[in-house]
Amino acid sequence: MKELSLNILDIAQNSIKADAAHVEITLKQRGDWLTITIADDGKGMSPEFAAEAANPFTTTRTTRKVGMGLPLFKLAAEQTGGTFSLSSHRAAYEGDTHGTTVTATFNTAHVDCEPLGDVTETILTLIQGNPELSLTYQYSKESEEIRLSTDEMREILGDDVPLNSPEVLSWARAFLNGEE
Amino acid sequence: MKSLQELAEIREKSKSKVALREGHNEIRIVVGMATCGIAAGARPVLNTLVEEVAKQGLGEKATVSQTGCIGICRLEPIVEVFEVGKEKVTYVKMTPEKAKQVVSEHIKGGKPVYEYTIGEK
Repeated sequence: MKELSLNILDIAQNSIKADAAHVEITLKQRGDWLTITIADDGKGMSPEFAAEAANPFTTTRTTRKVGMGLPLFKLAAEQTGGTFSLSSHRAAYEGDTHGTTVTATFNTAHVDCEPLGDVTETILTLIQGNPELSLTYQYSKESEEIRLSTDEMREILGDDVPLNSPEVLSWARAFLNGEE
Repeated sequence: MKSLQELAEIREKSKSKVALREGHNEIRIVVGMATCGIAAGARPVLNTLVEEVAKQGLGEKATVSQTGCIGICRLEPIVEVFEVGKEKVTYVKMTPEKAKQVVSEHIKGGKPVYEYTIGEK
């Protein structure tokens, strides 16, 4: 991947495929370290699958036997001296919690760190394809903070305007980019 | 900085437009957004398609949606156009520039851009 924002999009697509109703994308930059977390309430993985999920030869794909999403994200973090972790839980009984959380840390001062790239376009892509999804995005860097919640957007828009209508998407783009 | 309250204005404005909507949506534009597509540059292709469809006033006629891996990863980004009563058109190795052209010539003009389709490569 050319940008970490593309890895984020790719991992979040896994959440959507796992039937998540809620996805939380959090980026926290402190000094040289960036922590990216993608957490969902999707169906989760079995312990056996979770243990092997970052292996390229583990996949739910039906088109071929290689799945590169998680391995590429893990590699992107580890090649900067950072870390990667995945925790996942499948519901054991009705009403039990379930979901997957992927966390990776990056030394952004490292020469092999992919640029973060355009996270705004990643968030817009997710909203465009999944207007019903409850998505929370949070970016913070020292005292600077951006936060967007599609639940809050939906509260104001009501049922009249879908979140992927062009007017709403352009508003979200301007909002996330801090435009006037 | 934009505020959430601006969404309330969007909602108000949309009410006056609802009556005009006929909702034909006879054309479906589908972009492959699995790892292979994303790595090859599908995100800007998708977002350009979304923007151009809106900009060229084709929102009633065409919808843009996302799908997983289409199966020919080396030709990503792939865009498929499904139109009622017509054969599917598959565009390969797409770029934002090509996407713009596809919207004006194919979606709006009705003529597929054959040089970007899979058959021509």
